[in-house]
Amino acid sequence: MLADLFEFDFLRNTFLTGILIGVIAPLLGTFIVVRRLSLIADALSHVTLAGIAFGLFLEKKFAFTLLPPLYSGMAFSVLGSIFIEKLRGVYKSYQEIAIPIILSGGVGLSVIFIALADGFNTELMNYLFGSVSAVSQGDFISILCISIVVVLIIMLFYKELFTLSFDEEHARVSGIHAKPIHLLFIVLTALVIAASIRIVGVLLVSALMTLPVAASMRIAKGFKQMMFLSIAFGEIAVMIGLISGYYLNIPPGGTIVVVSIIILLISISIKRIRFGKKVRVSS
Amino acid sequence: MRDSIISIQDVSFNYEHKNVLDHVNFEIPYGSFMGLIGPNGGGKTTLIKLLLGELKPVTGTIKLFNTPITQFKDWNKIGFVSQKSNSFNKDFPATVFEVVSMGLTSKVGYFKFFNQKHKAKIRQAIDLVGMREYTYENIGNLSGGQQQRVFIARSLVSDPTLLILDEPTVGVDSENVQRFYELLHNLNKEQGITLLLVTHDTGTMTEYATDIACLNKTLHFHGKPGEYENLSDREISEVYGHPVSLITHDHN
Repeated sequence: MLADLFEFDFLRNTFLTGILIGVIAPLLGTFIVVRRLSLIADALSHVTLAGIAFGLFLEKKFAFTLLPPLYSGMAFSVLGSIFIEKLRGVYKSYQEIAIPIILSGGVGLSVIFIALADGFNTELMNYLFGSVSAVSQGDFISILCISIVVVLIIMLFYKELFTLSFDEEHARVSGIHAKPIHLLFIVLTALVIAASIRIVGVLLVSALMTLPVAASMRIAKGFKQMMFLSIAFGEIAVMIGLISGYYLNIPPGGTIVVVSIIILLISISIKRIRFGKKVRVSS
Repeated sequence: MRDSIISIQDVSFNYEHKNVLDHVNFEIPYGSFMGLIGPNGGGKTTLIKLLLGELKPVTGTIKLFNTPITQFKDWNKIGFVSQKSNSFNKDFPATVFEVVSMGLTSKVGYFKFFNQKHKAKIRQAIDLVGMREYTYENIGNLSGGQQQRVFIARSLVSDPTLLILDEPTVGVDSENVQRFYELLHNLNKEQGITLLLVTHDTGTMTEYATDIACLNKTLHFHGKPGEYENLSDREISEVYGHPVSLITHDHN
């Protein structure tokens, strides 16, 4: 692949996009996991699928190409994320109820648009499980812009996001505006999911946000270390996953997830070996 | 007459139709170490929520730093250590330093980063509660008493004038409860921080508090620890609604 990289533009776009989502997906994933919102990423990816199906439907039936599936997916995802925040406000003590509502809604809409567009095609398969050849120059540039915005916003709001994730009540009492920050964060999540779908696919995008975090959580000291370790793990998974997917002719979503799981298993066993006999620090 | 840092006048509060606080009048003078005791459901936590502006009284007025609570903006002057502080997720990967830094988040403000001065402040707060050697340890690996110290440091880092603690000794073993009160005593005497401590732990608390208030729907007692200890068992039982023992009080 490395030699082919210079030969084929589409491979280069995929590879560079892979580097970007290897950073932003685990970066947001760190906050998603500690806030126990892992499933929200899944729900949003299914809403994104509805958006993509809608875009494909428009393309196929009306030859309407002004709204490529990536953007219709993003639009649906962002709307879905705002809706999730609203639902979480409505069902205060059962916040997870927002997840099945949004997830089933997403799948339901997807099926309708797929049927209206007269069924599955290979392009839809690419969206479900990712592809090494689906990233265009235009996609790459949009994803680059999204990545820059995401990294900047996370840097700017890092201390607020961290404080809110640890102890929301304390954060609110101390005067942090929880609601707008949550909304901003979930909209970012929606954008990152839409951006990642080209490579990992709808069904596996949440894995790239949560598995590297689950692995680093076991061995990291402190939150910042966990964040950087998650990004490193995410990057390794994306790179190995893309290269092996390309050579084995397998959708990269599958290989990326398998590599992530291997990293997770290694991190769990390292923790066992290193800390197996260590007792809790006591006073 | 000392000036009051908190002034509660004729405050009542109901949850649905249940009357929790009934015309409570209560002053906390600057520099005092106020122990607030009372039975479960007696309205202690509700009173704290009113003081923090999370609930609004049905009648009466609350003044913080001589300002009516509705106009009060200076929340950084008030530190709060909640009962739930140590019910955080023990696997949350945050070092002591990171946890204490959260106490500065809103004071530093949006779009700004921690600078060297803030970091020094964080270290100072960690020193103050005697947790320096654990600065880079994950909070989940510490004992309950150590965690509670870290949460105090988180409240202290923004230089509060008033520190409110809601049942901070729950989950702290009895040996460390003593050390904990010594820490509070030092904060009160040496740093001049006014303390409002809500607790069940009347035994140890009376040794350190400068003032004691007893709340069960209304304020039943407000005075010096010495006076409180002189209350007869019958009077205390009236407050609690059942017999209690003051001296042999052990929650662990």
